[in-house]
Amino acid sequence: MTLITDVRTPVRIEAVSKVFGRGADATVALDNVDLTVEEGEFVCLLGASGCGKSTLLAMIAALDEPTTGVIDLGGRRTAVMFQDANLFPWLTVQGNIELALRFSGVPRSDWAARVRELLAVVRLPGAARKRPHELSGGMRQRVALARSLAQEAEVLLMDEPFAALDAITRDALHAELERIVRERGLTVIFVTHNVREAARLGDRVLVMKPSPGRIVHEERIDLPRPRQMEDPAVAVRAGLLRDELETQDAGTEVQG
Amino acid sequence: MSAVTDRDAAARPAPAVRAPGRAAEATNRGRALLLGLPKRLLPPVIAIVVALVVWEALVLTGWKPAYVLPDPPTVFARLFQMVGDPTFLGGVATTMTRGIVGYLIALVIGTAIGLAVSRFPFVRSAIGSLLTGLQTMPSIAWFPLAILFFGLSEQAILFVVILGAAPSIANGLIGGVDEVPPPLLRTARSLGAHGFDLYRLVIMPAAFPAYLSGLKQGWAFAWRSLLAGELLVIISSATSLGQALSFYRQLSDAPSLFATMIVILVIGMVVDRVFAVITNGVRARRGLGALRS
Repeated sequence: MTLITDVRTPVRIEAVSKVFGRGADATVALDNVDLTVEEGEFVCLLGASGCGKSTLLAMIAALDEPTTGVIDLGGRRTAVMFQDANLFPWLTVQGNIELALRFSGVPRSDWAARVRELLAVVRLPGAARKRPHELSGGMRQRVALARSLAQEAEVLLMDEPFAALDAITRDALHAELERIVRERGLTVIFVTHNVREAARLGDRVLVMKPSPGRIVHEERIDLPRPRQMEDPAVAVRAGLLRDELETQDAGTEVQG
Repeated sequence: MSAVTDRDAAARPAPAVRAPGRAAEATNRGRALLLGLPKRLLPPVIAIVVALVVWEALVLTGWKPAYVLPDPPTVFARLFQMVGDPTFLGGVATTMTRGIVGYLIALVIGTAIGLAVSRFPFVRSAIGSLLTGLQTMPSIAWFPLAILFFGLSEQAILFVVILGAAPSIANGLIGGVDEVPPPLLRTARSLGAHGFDLYRLVIMPAAFPAYLSGLKQGWAFAWRSLLAGELLVIISSATSLGQALSFYRQLSDAPSLFATMIVILVIGMVVDRVFAVITNGVRARRGLGALRS
């Protein structure tokens, strides 16, 4: 494990295809996708519904299997966050994070300290005893982020995690995520349908297009961090990404 | 239950803010007591009064002679005598013991069957629909067979109580497991949960509210089966509530019959409250609304 991570091989996705159904009803959700993500890189998968970006993420998370092709994480562990926090409603915030620690094999004696530390990282220090339904949507996503971090994964996989939040909360969480990712040296693969979000967060944005799902364009965002959603440079990059999406397919719906 | 407590809190004004003087504070508290208590108790009190009035009116019409349809005062006088009578209390204890023992056995059997059906597709295909069928089967239909097997005995009654309750308990658990939201399962798997731990730490807690309603329904079936059983299977060595009903009918002792039925009704309502309190506590902790029953 240590050996493999020390080598710092990139995350490699080679010739991955995913077909749902068979025969005449078969749908090609992903067609021959190649992608390499370097250690510590923040990659955004940008595209409209049906372009296969969530399918690709689920396969990287090993929640689904590719029909053909290879996904090589170089021995790294992954943690996943979804649009819904999916906190377990019968557990407190502390219990939710402890469950992740338990499944990650962390000894029980370390749980309390780790929960305190993780809640401090996501800036929810007083929330340990709260129940999920007592939290706002943004707070729930902070807990979900803490739970993902509890897994000590090197690769964070995020499927539109902030899509259901209001703009103010989302901006705050963008800043937290940017800080945490930098502090911990995490590799992130982030799925979004929002061009500005992609330009604001990503080191690199991969524009995807549906039927069949594939990567059609790659954009490097070499802007300094920390960034802001309102940065003119971010807006310019967002505009470029929008152009890519629109020239590729006039009918594609994109939220900005 | 929680709704009631909330309403109480709302009805009680904040004395420190609104009434600086100690006297005013006391008045406020007095008013809150006057307003708060009836608010909670008024509807059931009205319902009971209306029922008693209708009952009394029915007696006054002379529809049935008084030895068949006694008036409320006679019945309640009898009821107060009965609840002080050790023989009668012994009968209540016998019935409750049978109910609780049968129910606990049904709990173990129903839970085991529910786990097996929800876990193994083969078992589900084999007995899944049978369980639903058993649930709709009137438990009294089992008594001839039970008596044939076990004679007029405690076992015959227990057998039917268990058959009445276990399918509901199993179905509650199966329904709960089937309805665990797929996103929660996906999240649990992405956290690394699998096998027994996934079951114990995620699926079972997620299924718990549905299991609880299965337990509650199971008790209702057990209680009905039990009383039916006690009417049919009279064991002379032990008095019981069902036996008392049968006995008072034979003696044409209507006041005692009425009083016994009131005791049966009250026991049913008390147990139902206990289940409601537990269920609503569990639901409130998960941010789900209280169930009304």
